[in-house]
Amino acid sequence: MMASNYNAKEEDGHQPAAIGHGGAGTVKNKKPDNTAFKQQRLPAWQPILTAGTVLPAFFVIGLIFIPIGIGLFVTSNNIKELEIDYTGGDMSSPCYNCSQSYSWNSTKPCTCSVPFSLDQPFESNVFMYYGLSNFYQNHRRYVKSRDDSQLNGDKASLKSPSKECEPYRTSDEKPIAPCGAIANSLFNDTLELYYIDPNGSRTAIPLVKKGIAWWTDKHVKFRNPGGNDNLTVVFQGTSKPVNWRKSVYELDPSDPDNNGFINEDFIVWMRTAALPTFRKLYRIIHKKPNMTPTLPLGQYILEVTYNYPVRSFEGRKRMILSTISWMGGKNPFLGIAYITVGSVCFFLGIVLLIIHHKYGNRNHSADIPS
Amino acid sequence: MRHQHHRLLLLKSNCFGRDERRVDSRTIYVGHRPCPATDTFIPPKFCDNRIVSSKYTVWNFLPKNLFEQFRRIANFYFLIIFLVQVIVDTPTSPVTSGLPLFFVITVTAIKQGYEDWLRHKADNEVNKYLVTVLEDGRRARKESEKIKVGDVVEVVEDETFPCDLILLQSSREDETCFVTTASLDGESNHKTHYTVPDTEKGLESLSATVECEQPQPDLYKFVTFFSLCVVSLRSLGPENLLLKGATLKNTQKIYGVAVYSGMETKMALNYQGKSQKRSVVEKSINAFLLVYLCILVSKALVCTTLKYVWQSQPGQEEPWYNQKTQKEKDANLYLNMFTDFLSFMVLFNFIIPVSMYVTVEMQKFLGSFFISWDKDFFDPEIQEGALVNTSDLNEELGQVEYVFTDKTGTLTQNSMEFIECCIDGFQYKNRDSSTELDGFCVTDGPVSMLQQKAGREELFLRALCLCHTVQVKESTGQEDWVGDQVDGVLGLDGEMVHPAELRGFIASSPDEVALVKGAMKYGFTFLGMESKNMRVMNRDKDVETYELLHVLNFDPVRRRMSVIVRSKCGDIMLFCKGADSSIFPRVRQEEVDRISMHVERNATEGYRTLCVAYKLLSSEEYAQADAGLREARLALDDREEKLMAVYNQVETGMSLIGATAVEDRLQEEAAETMEALQRAGMKVWSTCYACRLFQRGTELLELTVRTLEDGGRRREERLHEVLLDYHKRAVSAFSFSPRSWTSAKQDYGFIIDGATLSLVFNSSPDSSHYKSLFLQICQNCTTVLCCRMAPLQKAQIVNMVKNSKGSPITLSIGDGANDVSMILEAHIGIGIKGKEGRQAVRNSDYAIPKLKHLKKLLLGHGHLYYVRIAHLVQYFFYKNLCFILPQFLYQFFCGSSQQPLYDAAYLTMYNICFTSMPILAYSLLEQHICMEVLMTKNAMLRWSPFLYWTLLGVYQGLLFFFGVRFLFSNPALQDNGQVFGNWSYGTIVFTVLVFTVTLKLAMDTRHWTWINHFVIWGSLAFYMFFSFFWGGIIWPFLRQQRLYFVFANMLRSVSAWLVIILLILLSLLPEILLLVLRKPRWPHSRQVRYTHI
Repeated sequence: MMASNYNAKEEDGHQPAAIGHGGAGTVKNKKPDNTAFKQQRLPAWQPILTAGTVLPAFFVIGLIFIPIGIGLFVTSNNIKELEIDYTGGDMSSPCYNCSQSYSWNSTKPCTCSVPFSLDQPFESNVFMYYGLSNFYQNHRRYVKSRDDSQLNGDKASLKSPSKECEPYRTSDEKPIAPCGAIANSLFNDTLELYYIDPNGSRTAIPLVKKGIAWWTDKHVKFRNPGGNDNLTVVFQGTSKPVNWRKSVYELDPSDPDNNGFINEDFIVWMRTAALPTFRKLYRIIHKKPNMTPTLPLGQYILEVTYNYPVRSFEGRKRMILSTISWMGGKNPFLGIAYITVGSVCFFLGIVLLIIHHKYGNRNHSADIPS
Repeated sequence: MRHQHHRLLLLKSNCFGRDERRVDSRTIYVGHRPCPATDTFIPPKFCDNRIVSSKYTVWNFLPKNLFEQFRRIANFYFLIIFLVQVIVDTPTSPVTSGLPLFFVITVTAIKQGYEDWLRHKADNEVNKYLVTVLEDGRRARKESEKIKVGDVVEVVEDETFPCDLILLQSSREDETCFVTTASLDGESNHKTHYTVPDTEKGLESLSATVECEQPQPDLYKFVTFFSLCVVSLRSLGPENLLLKGATLKNTQKIYGVAVYSGMETKMALNYQGKSQKRSVVEKSINAFLLVYLCILVSKALVCTTLKYVWQSQPGQEEPWYNQKTQKEKDANLYLNMFTDFLSFMVLFNFIIPVSMYVTVEMQKFLGSFFISWDKDFFDPEIQEGALVNTSDLNEELGQVEYVFTDKTGTLTQNSMEFIECCIDGFQYKNRDSSTELDGFCVTDGPVSMLQQKAGREELFLRALCLCHTVQVKESTGQEDWVGDQVDGVLGLDGEMVHPAELRGFIASSPDEVALVKGAMKYGFTFLGMESKNMRVMNRDKDVETYELLHVLNFDPVRRRMSVIVRSKCGDIMLFCKGADSSIFPRVRQEEVDRISMHVERNATEGYRTLCVAYKLLSSEEYAQADAGLREARLALDDREEKLMAVYNQVETGMSLIGATAVEDRLQEEAAETMEALQRAGMKVWSTCYACRLFQRGTELLELTVRTLEDGGRRREERLHEVLLDYHKRAVSAFSFSPRSWTSAKQDYGFIIDGATLSLVFNSSPDSSHYKSLFLQICQNCTTVLCCRMAPLQKAQIVNMVKNSKGSPITLSIGDGANDVSMILEAHIGIGIKGKEGRQAVRNSDYAIPKLKHLKKLLLGHGHLYYVRIAHLVQYFFYKNLCFILPQFLYQFFCGSSQQPLYDAAYLTMYNICFTSMPILAYSLLEQHICMEVLMTKNAMLRWSPFLYWTLLGVYQGLLFFFGVRFLFSNPALQDNGQVFGNWSYGTIVFTVLVFTVTLKLAMDTRHWTWINHFVIWGSLAFYMFFSFFWGGIIWPFLRQQRLYFVFANMLRSVSAWLVIILLILLSLLPEILLLVLRKPRWPHSRQVRYTHI
């Protein structure tokens, strides 16, 4: 279609200059260049995939994948993971009362304790996650309901947040900081862990709340407007998100590096999950300097300050304790997949080898007349 | 053709009102002087002499161009999508679809604007050109566009005519002028035009009216009356009309009166855009598009339904953490549903990518360069290579099933040589062309009879010398023709060369030159015309003159021409020459019997045969003929028909003198080319005989006038019988033995001639029955010869085959104006840059210098482009299917909320940057030939490969999505326990996607040039680089920094790496398996191909 118009000009041959030429195009020598490109003769590598070249590849893939798979599988199996559902859906669970008597504007926090026991000690660093189910953090209306420039410390956005934050943009004529549905629904249960000594006394397990968010998020993407000091002044004239009990500058008053927008719990929450059932890193339990396991086997108590309602959308809340390996958390999928694919490749390699040897020669001779 | 012209006429002449259009003729006052006799002088209004070939002006460019562009269904679709994105709250920003659309529209607009600017420039050059006009006796310089109809215009040598003129006065003594119409019909020979008689007196005072027909585009038709103030009425014909665009030659200056101006000139009326031929491939693309559109709509419907089902569950529509805005709450439910549906459409619309159109267009456009660049198509003789007029049909070249070829100039060189003649049944053969007069020897007549024959011989040779329209080339001294000097020149070796041997003859048909030259060899030399006297030098070197009374022009319907001359001694003779079929019925039977055998034999040997007849006219007969001819020529209506009737009446009762045989030598490698095409499974139909079209072992079925007349019965009956018989032999034979089809295949050849064909087409009411019989026979023959066809019949045949069952792809190849109808009719028209002018080249889709180039064009380029475009299209659908499928699946996991899986940048860039270049490079450079795939029609764009690609896309899409889905069942994928979010999910899927589709292409590439390497690995590297870059900076113009460090963090996770590698391998595994299981044919195929080319 593009070239179709190019001959149109030929017909306008009125110019006196063109007179005397028999037709168009005798003006100059139009012999095409004899270059490899124009003649479509560029040197080319012409690989031919035959059974001979592909068969070794199958074996190689099989031989590589199966060990990797086994490694992954073993690693995943070695990861210790403990999941405790504390939603309190049924009568027997300790948090039943809290989950039933929930109201947003109750002043007295509801607490419940969930006892559990570890059969195995957790070595090395232990990571504490909270998990939510049936919580659509990936809903479009939810995902876009944030203002990244406000979170990045932009003062103009602080005063007039993006339209995307609606309906969590303003409250009482004042801009909400941080605005939007994501921030508004910040997970606000408090989880504490106690070890019950054999003698019955409770020891609080130290939970580290830093290092749970992506480094780049904490240091670049999220910033408090005008530095980390005097947050009260900076956030003056803004309103706290409607569902919050305290303002953003009160998230962690004890540590200015973890307060305001750069509060790590907040940052973790702001990274929206991919699937409706998800987990988010809550705390880290660092391993002890001596050889004792981080979490020795025995009885524990999970103290929950039950603030976060999930009953209305039939959600579940979990607390997960997990160790971590080089591949991340426990997930047998990769190991199984690798072993399967590796074996399939190996098997295919054998089948093809047989086919190749049995029929290869006949195929070859039958081909020639084509 | 005529219909087309007519329509064109109505379209083009916007200067006229509709009513005026109905008027049959227009009256022009020469020099705007009213004729005293006519009562009132109303200056008629005609359009001015401005040529407008441009489409746009500065003011209407934008709206008009946009309108034209959005008339294309694809552009319109994307515009709608864009508008939906602007109006409705959609998941992706309008930029994602607006940017590519804007790009496409802008590029096209710039291209069209530039072309139009060139046209404006050319128009201006023409319109502002200064010409001399006689105004009230004074000469005035005027811009060409200001010429009005009726102006008397002066044109000097080598100038082109500014409008259509009637020649009034010439500086040449014989009241003629010479004109070349190279820019109109490509014929570069000099044509003679005549002044209007009796206008020699002063032009200043000439007052006359011209009554001519309304403008019409036929270059060779012109009917006009010229009246000198009612005193005398003259009829004018095309020989008096000088066409705009033609060039004055060999004449110092002429005066002419403008009759048609501006857009009404014949040139402007012929300035037609050819009707756009659409590639069959494009049609299958559209079919695939429809399928994908259905997929798109159903996906959107499914998602919309799911969304509302999901929302109906308690607590899901508006959970406390995710409240709707007030506006959303107020909106109507059904309106919401509709906008949701639209949003889903927008979200999934990438499945029909705007970039595919761009890429296909680019591929075709750039790909056509390879054809014009090919040095194998370069012909040193004419210093030209192939010409591509349309790039739309590149791939169609590889799909041709029927080849229709013209004979003259296409299969043959169109350089005629007089081989032999036959006078009264005796054959004369020129054994050695270098021997001169005595070379005239008798082969099958006793020597003693030679003397008695002398009279007949001379008559025959005189006939050859007189019955033609050849001109002798003028020798003006400065011409570059060496052989022009009539007085003889010295040959290189100093020997006196016979002057006539070097004489230059010019004629519209090379046959005529060959005949005149043939006669010259036997001693009769045509010296030229001298004011209506033809001068012929006879064997005794005496000059005989004959007064030329009438020329009964050649036309393809009559297939003969005649001249009426008066000899010195007052005898009036009619000489006629023409095809045997048109002469034989007009002469005595016993004469025919003597000659027909020779004619037949010569024809079988592939010579062009012409029969020569003559008739002595008595003065009464002549007077009658003369009156009839004059009357017919004066007729304003149906002049053609009337003339034809008179011609037929005059050309009767002639006596046959003899026949000539002229050899038209075959083009170089014509036979080999045809053989190669047949071997490649194409059926070759030709409008000729001879050549190695018939391979040994081919059984011939003949259906000509001769076979029909064998039985002596009515032709129709016989036709029926023969058709049925052939049908039985050719068609039924195949159907009964389908198993042994390949091995015991009997090749049939079929011969039909023009007369029989017209019998088949329009004989009786049940002609459709004949037609289908005929078609079935033809389709079972490898070769069909159609002899003696009129141009329209050629097109008819092409049309018949084109519309037959299975709509095979047809290709017509020809070089002359008579092939234009055929070239325009076929799917692909190929013009040969031959000797018969440029008409065919201009109307063709591709033009090549020689027939032999057809082989490479079809078997080389055509096949390559077919593979390329097929792969390109399938690949595009595939890669967008597996691009969008994960996005669709994601809707099941995000509450059908139209949440995009990928970032907007990825959505936009996927088709533009990450995956477009490799496939473009592939589609331009791939030389992957798999013969048996190409042999079968449209094999690569059928539904089964399409289904395969679609299934592959679905498989991979599912794999991408669920592979990552299972990985994300525990989103803690880093060794520091941190978790990944939804954008990481999308990025992992996208990375797998980009790598997989690129590697899939890499696996399909059989021909790795450095460009392929560069583009494939470059694309992947660019993707990596872009992702780092895009995620490495907080972009101030973005509202959300979604991808900030997502990619880098992904690469820090070992699990992500492992899953990416696993998924890429797993999605390519079926492809690898297929490659291995498929028999390795390529090496052999490549050999086959190179032996073919």
